[in-house]
Amino acid sequence: MKQFWKSMLGSPSGIIGLVILLLAVAVALFGPMLFPNSPWRMVQRPFLPPFTLGTVPLGTDALGRDVFAGMIFGARVSLLVGLVSTLVALVVGIPIGAMAGYFGGRVDDALMRFTEFFQTIPSFALAIVLVAILQPSIYSIVTSIALVSWPPVARLVRGEVLSLRTREYVQAAIVTGQSHSWIILREILPNALSPVIVLASLMVATAILLESSLSFLGLGDPNLISWGYMVGAGRTVIRQAWWITVFPGIAILISVLGLNLIGEGLNDALNPRLSREGR
Amino acid sequence: MLSFITQRVLKGVIVLLAIVVLNFFLIRLAPGDPAVVMAGEAGASDQVFVKQLREKFGLDKPLPEQLFIYVKGVITLDLGFSFRQQAPVAKLIGERLPATLLLTLTAFAISLMLGVLFGSFAARFAGTFLDTAITVFALIFYAMPIFWVALMGILLFSVTMDWLPSFGYETVGANLTGPGHAVDVAKHLIMPAMTLGLFFMATYTRMTRASMLEVKRLDFVKTARAKGLSDAVIQRRHVLRNALLPVVTLAGVHSGTLIGGAVITETVFAWPGIGRLMYDALLQRDYNLLLGVFVICSAMVLIFNLITDLVYRLVDPRIEFAS
Repeated sequence: MKQFWKSMLGSPSGIIGLVILLLAVAVALFGPMLFPNSPWRMVQRPFLPPFTLGTVPLGTDALGRDVFAGMIFGARVSLLVGLVSTLVALVVGIPIGAMAGYFGGRVDDALMRFTEFFQTIPSFALAIVLVAILQPSIYSIVTSIALVSWPPVARLVRGEVLSLRTREYVQAAIVTGQSHSWIILREILPNALSPVIVLASLMVATAILLESSLSFLGLGDPNLISWGYMVGAGRTVIRQAWWITVFPGIAILISVLGLNLIGEGLNDALNPRLSREGR
Repeated sequence: MLSFITQRVLKGVIVLLAIVVLNFFLIRLAPGDPAVVMAGEAGASDQVFVKQLREKFGLDKPLPEQLFIYVKGVITLDLGFSFRQQAPVAKLIGERLPATLLLTLTAFAISLMLGVLFGSFAARFAGTFLDTAITVFALIFYAMPIFWVALMGILLFSVTMDWLPSFGYETVGANLTGPGHAVDVAKHLIMPAMTLGLFFMATYTRMTRASMLEVKRLDFVKTARAKGLSDAVIQRRHVLRNALLPVVTLAGVHSGTLIGGAVITETVFAWPGIGRLMYDALLQRDYNLLLGVFVICSAMVLIFNLITDLVYRLVDPRIEFAS
């Protein structure tokens, strides 16, 4: 564990990523308490340029709503959707991959055909169709994102389990008559976790991008403000008011960048063999 | 080679059929009775009309029979009727398909060429300032949402500098023909294609760099060096060729994302392709059209995957087709 933190904090990408993530989490948790301006309420005249009033630092949108407040409240939605949909994708993908890798044969064939099928479907198009049909809400968004992002998890876990299964300690557990579920849960999965953690951190980033794209197209939860929605709303008035689209986009960029950097840092820390050359 | 192609085509057809079946159930998931929804979309919802619709589309028949009728329809390229646009879905998609192909293929070509170029530069000069600069840029482009890149492009190149048109496929009312028309379309194409290409360019840059550094360490590269081959020849013929394999695989995996990106790009730039059509269908909750576009997108991804599979076999020096 000490070794892990040492190499995680030793790489510049790991540190920058961690700092960005901690900041984003802090904003999402405490921001709304410190800046209680509701992102939906009209606080100033419409199209107030940024950096003119201290109370509304990033200006207002077409309806006189505080852009800064929107960004702070939007952090909650982005991080929450990213995190929860990734967790759901893990809950779907890990068992499928573990069963395919552990049992092999027909089970493996069937589960992998199923996974490949889902991987072939264009994911963003499927997410659009699902959210449109289930009606936009935070639940349908999380469900759709999870549904299009679990296949890589299943494939990764399958590969790991496939190689761990032949190890002697697993063979020993089989010989001593342990149940399949005990072997999978207690012997194999804990050893297959590190690549899954790396993948998960990258999946949170992708999920945030997916959510913002859905919200941008008008498929966001109508009761929650999100960065993608703000950019989408500012799109039609971009010639008059650049700040409405620029700032929320920067928020998305920074959070996704932070998570990708963490992914790289984790990769170097957890899989030292695969760490990149030339640094 | 031939048996490989038939096998892959067969597999693709099976997957496509499965997607069509999935599509059928997705339509049934849509809120409300399809006949009532259709009647509503057509603007009249009295009982007689709803009953007529139900009979016309076989909605009064049992579910398996409906499924059979639907699959049969899709096979004969009948994707249903869009009441909002008052036209068959297949016709609407057919009209828009060329624009989407032009956009996605241009974006794909740009991203692959620039990505491999930058990636191999970074790998060649690994550890230097150039490498760091390329890596940082790739990381940033990789984290930018496509819709935002599109809007920033408009803000910079259309609003501020007034270099490029911000929307559409051609200048409305200009009635250009021949080379003039081609130049006009190309001008409109630059920004959407670059926007869509940028994200993938970043991906290919990272992949090419990582993969080239991996291959560089292998024994056959040492052999080549021992033979006294020049650095440039080793990079191009030995390292790059082998390093391209994972890049090609990635291109296949990404075809679905490319289509998804096209939906966003076409929406922002009002590019008249099937992505924009999907957005319109979405706004009007035109489910027949929405799912029709979805099936065609899936078919495009399957075809693209098939092509990348073939390219992979052609590029891979270890696979021989002669046998």
